[in-house]
Amino acid sequence: MSVTLEHYLAVSGLVFGIGIAIALSKRNAIAVLMGVELMLNAVNLTFLSFSRFSAAFDEASAPLAGHVFVVFVLTVAAAEAAVALAMAVLVYRRRETVDLDRINLMRW
Amino acid sequence: MESNGVVLGFYLLSGLTVGSALLVFVSRNLLHAVLFLVLSFLGMAGLFVTLSADFIAVAQVLIYAGAISVLLVFAVMLTPLASRDNANSLFVLPGVLTGLAFAGIVGFVAVDVTWPELTGDAVMSRDFATTVQGIGSALLEPYILAFEVASVLLLAALIGAILLVREDEPA
Repeated sequence: MSVTLEHYLAVSGLVFGIGIAIALSKRNAIAVLMGVELMLNAVNLTFLSFSRFSAAFDEASAPLAGHVFVVFVLTVAAAEAAVALAMAVLVYRRRETVDLDRINLMRW
Repeated sequence: MESNGVVLGFYLLSGLTVGSALLVFVSRNLLHAVLFLVLSFLGMAGLFVTLSADFIAVAQVLIYAGAISVLLVFAVMLTPLASRDNANSLFVLPGVLTGLAFAGIVGFVAVDVTWPELTGDAVMSRDFATTVQGIGSALLEPYILAFEVASVLLLAALIGAILLVREDEPA
């Protein structure tokens, strides 16, 4: 019994699914952002497991390409969290709520 | 990869990660949800270690479990009236169904496809003594343009976040 690529992909799919469920069903903007972070994390796990297990790409020609991709995903996730949380604080300051059901100023 | 410790570690860490991600969904208090999210990030960092990705695991602990969770706690604290409540909206059922469908599709594909997969000693041959040197030279040679763009992105996010939440205009 050993751990294979399928195991890691199953874990990553589960975490991504939980992230989707949180992002779609939470009412609080900060909780939605937490779901998005979980989804990004699951994607990172997929990148790293393919980087370790896949024989489809030539490791010698592009060493650690999956790891480099994960570094960029981490960068983008940090930037996105900072800006999104700043926007949540700004909306709270103007409207006293971060409830996404009530932020409907631009609704048709 | 073949040793029993790694297998046991994989199951424990994935149970921790998935379980605390579920608790983020279930828990009533938003602050508790943030703490479970940190636990999930730490479990994920452990999974990265089992994949022989030492640098990424440490970066995960620093950036996700450290910086992003502190940012989330700050956001919860700065929105005091609104955000203790981690209640669901009307879209719980569609949300959960979409999540389940996605997890099911990924699981089916993962099991159904025969991946060109390395096993045993071939996987062991991909163990790095350290990945830091490889990632560093990869960032500065083939991916230098993306690296520079990422630094500009970080600068823009920094300035944008400060501009957005600044209290009052300077005279």
